[in-house]
Amino acid sequence: MKKLTLSKTLIGTALATALGLTTLAFAEPKSGYEFMKAETREMQDDEFLNPGMAAVEKGAEMFNTAGANGKTCGGCHGEEGEELDAKHLATYPAFDAKLGKPLTLQQRILKCWTDNLGNKPMKYDSAEALDLEVFVRNRAHGEAVNVQTDGPMKPFWEKGKEIYHTRAGQLDMSCNLCHDFYSGLNLRAQTLSQGQTNGFPTYRLKNGRINGAQSRFSGCYSQFRADGLTKGGDDYTALETYVNSRGNGLKIETPSVRF
Amino acid sequence: MNKLVSRALLAALGAVACATTTQAGTAYQNWSVDNYAIPKALGGLKGDPENGRKVAIDRARGNCLACHQMPIPEEEFHGTLAPPLVGVGSRYDEAQLRVRIVDIKQINPSSLMPSFYKHPDKLAHVSKDFAGKTVLTAQEVEDVVAYLKTLK
Ligand code: HEC
Ligand code: HEC
Repeated sequence: MKKLTLSKTLIGTALATALGLTTLAFAEPKSGYEFMKAETREMQDDEFLNPGMAAVEKGAEMFNTAGANGKTCGGCHGEEGEELDAKHLATYPAFDAKLGKPLTLQQRILKCWTDNLGNKPMKYDSAEALDLEVFVRNRAHGEAVNVQTDGPMKPFWEKGKEIYHTRAGQLDMSCNLCHDFYSGLNLRAQTLSQGQTNGFPTYRLKNGRINGAQSRFSGCYSQFRADGLTKGGDDYTALETYVNSRGNGLKIETPSVRF
Repeated sequence: MNKLVSRALLAALGAVACATTTQAGTAYQNWSVDNYAIPKALGGLKGDPENGRKVAIDRARGNCLACHQMPIPEEEFHGTLAPPLVGVGSRYDEAQLRVRIVDIKQINPSSLMPSFYKHPDKLAHVSKDFAGKTVLTAQEVEDVVAYLKTLK
């Protein structure tokens, strides 16, 4: 007889096996905030200490800078972005009927940047693109994440869910294994969170800059020695759709502060 | 044009070479599972427990401490997500330990633990630096097994 230590791990693994891999092991979504040290949470909560606020300011400036055709984002959406609907911002990735597929908030912004301001395209998750996204998502600070998972979003959400559960890399891992089963437990010195994106784009102390959700996904992929997907591509949009929807109900914290 | 062709050829040759060798050019050693265990040492190699302990600590190789608590007091921050390995050498015999290091998914298909000696062709989307390689060499697997045997 094999001796079993009754640990959260073994119960989690047994559950995972019994219920099939698609079952979430957490009853309620929890923000990454809950897993941070008190100092980090204080830094996020204080507007003057939060290093991510610099990106909000840079984004605000870009928002009101004339594009190649003389127009500004603020011209359509209000100088402070006050014409933007915070409730709708909280639904991204959101379905674009004309394109017949969802766009992430950043893809939406990058489309305005080229199509409505006549500017040259910005690279996905580049520092500038992230500054603008931080400013825009910060307009919905405190709003509950509310990604649509049914209707026209269903196939994209399903696709993202599949990617989330697909093993990859030399270490042969998938997102759900760490973030659905082991949150609250330690991977070496780091406490695993649920891998929620309600705080994104986020300021990371580890690299001292703003990080986009898709760059974070790529970071996790490289931890298990896998090739990430293409930033700004349809597969990552699908994955972001699924990952954001796991956090439906969590309050938007952008810019959050994380390790 | 020529350049392109030769590059494609090189890539193809690379792929072939990768499929049959693992780390540091050592040949891949086949293994087979019998009753949830791998009775035969990989390549008939003999394990060195002292080196096994080093491999277990090394973040670029075993990195076992990322997930497991182990009787290795000089290292800080042992992971807590997997069962502690204290006493694992009395819970399992050598063949049972070997299957868990080589490919634990033979026991638990939904395990998070890396398969340290799975055939590289059976992995998908491996990043360039690690493509075509097992995580550990056959010798390192045997070393780790020999080390775990000492954890009574
Ligand atoms: C080997 C374990 C592991 C796997 C597998 C993994 N991650 Fe992570 N992930 C981490 C760790 C460690 C962190 C940093 C601590 C934390 O927030 O969990 C992290 C952080 C994150 C965060 C940031 C959460 C926040 O609040 O800042 C997101 C989002 C995330 N992961 C998504 C993913 C996705 C998507 C995948 C699959 C492509 C994935 N992870 C696979 C270990 C993993
Ligand atoms: C990314 C996480 C992770 C890493 C790295 C890891 N393991 Fe594991 N290991 C697990 C988990 C989780 C289990 C629990 C059983 C399962 O999930 O199949 C486990 C189970 C085991 C078991 C069986 C323990 C028991 O009591 O049944 C052994 C032995 C073991 N691991 C050895 C190792 C060794 C040696 C290394 C490094 C060479 C290592 N592990 C690296 C996650 C990991």
